Amino acid sequence: MMTDVIDRLAGIQPGSALDAVRARRAEARRQAQASHDALFAPEAPGEVTLEERRALAAYVCGLHGEAEIEAFHAEGLAAGLRAAIAEAVAASGGPGPFGHYPPGPLSAEDSEGLVWQPDQVLAGRLGARLAAACAHLHMLVLHPRDAAPADLQRLLDAGWSTTGIVTLSQIAAFLSFQIRTIRGLAVLRASLEAAS
Amino acid sequence: MTDPVLTPPPHAVPAVFTRAQLDWLPWLEPLAPEALTPRHMAALVDAARAGSPYFRLLARDPAALEARTRTDKDIFYNTDAGLPRAERELAAAATSRVNGCIYCASVHARFAATYSKRVEDVQRLLDEGTGAALGERWEAIVAASVALTATPVAFGPAHVARLRQVGLDELAIADVIQSAAFFNWANRLMLSLGEPAA
Repeated sequence: MMTDVIDRLAGIQPGSALDAVRARRAEARRQAQASHDALFAPEAPGEVTLEERRALAAYVCGLHGEAEIEAFHAEGLAAGLRAAIAEAVAASGGPGPFGHYPPGPLSAEDSEGLVWQPDQVLAGRLGARLAAACAHLHMLVLHPRDAAPADLQRLLDAGWSTTGIVTLSQIAAFLSFQIRTIRGLAVLRASLEAAS
Repeated sequence: MTDPVLTPPPHAVPAVFTRAQLDWLPWLEPLAPEALTPRHMAALVDAARAGSPYFRLLARDPAALEARTRTDKDIFYNTDAGLPRAERELAAAATSRVNGCIYCASVHARFAATYSKRVEDVQRLLDEGTGAALGERWEAIVAASVALTATPVAFGPAHVARLRQVGLDELAIADVIQSAAFFNWANRLMLSLGEPAA
């Protein structure tokens, strides 16, 4: 059986206090791993290739500034593609969430940030499909409340299907969960170790 | 031929956070109810979800949907100690408030209000945002959810210490972490695949 990715990256050792905490939510632990497997080791990759999945995972982790989780997801990625993803992260990183609300009282809470598309050179290195997917995942990670039908049209124009877009969206959304769970549990683990 | 983007029928766009029941209209074509195979039905987990365009759209990747749904259920419905259900819903509502998911916030603010019976406090969170005065314990849970929702993640030892001070043990703190983390998953799907309608 493969190691539990969240346990591994949060540094949770078998028999530790946090191992016992996670065991109290055993189904969530199992299904978080099953989600990881469904997205990164699927029975049939279908439209989104394994390399594309890994590349997009590396991009999402990079946007979160999580080098160790990025390295885990990027394992096995071709060097050229990994370099292109690193360049995309460097060009598009920044704090989130920001974005706009429907016009009205919430407009006072609108906040601005980088709305990003790769430039032509980077898009060439990523290829049209991954370039469009990275632009979409940038929005999903950092300013999801700006999402609009035009974003989906851009993915369709780049050759993705409806089903492919569902998988791309799950990749960004699941990783947003996985990264926060790892980071949160790592902080909790450290606090328990400091107290013992 | 490429797939189409859907144009939702004319509808009222909710422009404030609310506890009212909202609808959700997809921007991409869900699977048709009659096209659902046993594999899709298994992925929906609850057969009643076949009536939801949101879940029939996510059913296009059944393995991812099924594991997502089972993760969700254990984080929020597992009754073995830890954080009370009302406060798991509070973390979900606070996360949705920060990300700006009016639909998710409406559902989980309703749950938080129902389970806690603190309707006015929940409404204050929706109206004023995550800086609202909610009492020490809820403010600690909301602050932790906000920090977990930030990119890069801003959750640190001070958040854990504050949660301990207001009476949370490590299982309850782990529940705050997973509840907020899960809504960073759910919000992104709801916000980007369709829109709420009043």
